[in-house]
Amino acid sequence: MMEQARHRRPEAQWRGSGGEVHEFHEVHPGEPPRHRALGLDDAQAVEMYRYMLLARLLDERMWLLNRAGKIPFVVSCQGQEAAQAGAGLALDRQHDYLLPYYRDLCLVLLWGHTPRDELLAAFAKAADPNSGGRQMPCHFSDRKLRIFSGSSPVGTQIPHAVGFALAAKMRGEASVSFVSFGEGTSNQGDFHEALNFAGVHKLPVVFFCENNKYAISVPEHKQLACANVADRAAGYGFEGVTVDGTDALAVYQVVKRAVDKARHGGGPTLVEAKVYRLVPHSSDDDDRSYRPREEVEEARRGDPLVRMRAYLTEVGLWDEAAEVDLRQRIASELDEATAFAEQAPYPPEESLYWYVYGEEETSHAG
Amino acid sequence: MPVKLYIDAVREALWEEMERDSRVLILGEDVGVRGGVFRVTAGLFERFGEARVIDTPLAESAIVGVAVGASAAGLIPVAEIQFADFILPAVNQIISEAAKLRYRSNNDWHCPLVVRAPYGGGVHGALYHSQCLEALFTHVPGLKVVAPATPHDAKGMLKAAIRDPDPVLFFEHKKLYRSVRGEVPEGDYTVPLGQAQTVREGEDVTVITYGMGVHWALAAADQVAAEGIRVHILDLRSLRPLDEQAVVAAARRTGKVLIVHEDHKFCGFGAELAALICEQALFDLDAPIQRLAGPEVPAMPFCPPLERAYLLNADRVAEAMRRLARF
Repeated sequence: MMEQARHRRPEAQWRGSGGEVHEFHEVHPGEPPRHRALGLDDAQAVEMYRYMLLARLLDERMWLLNRAGKIPFVVSCQGQEAAQAGAGLALDRQHDYLLPYYRDLCLVLLWGHTPRDELLAAFAKAADPNSGGRQMPCHFSDRKLRIFSGSSPVGTQIPHAVGFALAAKMRGEASVSFVSFGEGTSNQGDFHEALNFAGVHKLPVVFFCENNKYAISVPEHKQLACANVADRAAGYGFEGVTVDGTDALAVYQVVKRAVDKARHGGGPTLVEAKVYRLVPHSSDDDDRSYRPREEVEEARRGDPLVRMRAYLTEVGLWDEAAEVDLRQRIASELDEATAFAEQAPYPPEESLYWYVYGEEETSHAG
Repeated sequence: MPVKLYIDAVREALWEEMERDSRVLILGEDVGVRGGVFRVTAGLFERFGEARVIDTPLAESAIVGVAVGASAAGLIPVAEIQFADFILPAVNQIISEAAKLRYRSNNDWHCPLVVRAPYGGGVHGALYHSQCLEALFTHVPGLKVVAPATPHDAKGMLKAAIRDPDPVLFFEHKKLYRSVRGEVPEGDYTVPLGQAQTVREGEDVTVITYGMGVHWALAAADQVAAEGIRVHILDLRSLRPLDEQAVVAAARRTGKVLIVHEDHKFCGFGAELAALICEQALFDLDAPIQRLAGPEVPAMPFCPPLERAYLLNADRVAEAMRRLARF
């Protein structure tokens, strides 16, 4: 039932002395680079990394803004970027439905949101495409991009994804719905009810668990009595797969297979990407009270960004100059987006009463 | 005009809406092959097939949660909760999700779904096949909550609910299914949500009620008419949106208001009605507003004497009318 990605490196090989790039050995004589073997061209492999870095730097910018007292709340994607980039590239961003959870910053950037969009949300401004400043940051939504709105009670989006898949199947569309969540959420009734429904009706949905080892403070072993979240799929009659979520290409491979299967009538898959949450649960959390610093430092040595950069460097698609250039361009994009979002207007006070019901649609158009 | 059972009117609405609009689908427990435990959906599976009349796993949160997703994706799901008592596992999906989707997405997404639920007691259903849970939901902006009392309204309001752009909770009193017949027009019609209806004109006492209460009140009004008490009855039909104008007008009509519902009294829907009347028509009242409602016990017991003691009936409503008329 479970499958480790074929090219996964043993940890010792890539968690070396500070995560230096030369520790990685991804190229084997006579074989194509891993990404090409998986059907990704060079530009796509680089795209993965660009979005991972964009998400990381945007996330870090939001922490800075929070600590500077400019935005009230941050909830982070750090440590989960490779899982999201790998999954995002495996989907059809023109047709598939995305039902993300609050850590999927990299995924929604890949899906078409910009740093400006997410900073507008962070500053809770009217032009925030997710909610017009109504929801907390990282409650992603955008109908034109087929990103479905979520709430804060966890797991409610999982049956929604099954509903999207049901609609696709009924209409004979080839679209797949992709829904993500953490391992803590896999204890919610909605997770189990939704997987069962999708299994019974063999619907085109991919359930994507980003297992970052902690549900705020409660570690995995107090959340799960089984070894893997993916093991739970067996109870619902479909395949569960675990994958190293710090390896974007491995995640791509596994999710691509799940998406292709769903698109061709093979039903759902539960993919569990093993990651690590590198920062506290949110800007209001202090993780020093529940996990040792050594553990976090150890995880940082396996930072998925370091790993992806090493791979691209080794296959000749990246170098120091490209890194410096990309970081500079992202920094100026973030500066510009921050200034824009900070100065953007809030929604008008009277909008409090807008959009409770549909009949009011015409009265506030534009 | 043909006379039909309440249950047949509900089925006709589903049938006609599914004929009219291929986006409409039904999902719930036993709604397909079995045609529903009450037989509301009988024949729909045979006519529209298993893709549109879906027997779901026994899991209410998934029934509503899948309906939320499917409706956001462009379908119009009519989810059946087999008994209103079993809606509680789906409350998070109804209140956190369906009710707030339009608002939280700044009008970008919405979910036009209907949740049908048979409610109410008097059928030996005991604690968990008898409850009235409407007040839990009328508190929630973003939801619409209706409880039609007649076959005419059941059909017309279910069609309106299916065509409505927002989530509608459609409460059908299960005792009405086969005990009440009424005229149902041929062909397509809707009864708009949010409009109350005066079902009896009178000058002495106003009864404001809905669901089974309408039938108790009509029978009670006949009883007291012989004693010279002329009763005015307003059937709310829709609880949210509430026809506030009609409520206030009905209160002003007699100055003596009796609110009747099967659901518990404390924080029940009657409390909202009483508050509304006080806010808008206090000085038109000639007596304190009276509420006749279910007792403050958790739910309805199974044994016949306790079930009888729990439930209102026409005699008890008539007695309340007399007391108020004498005031």
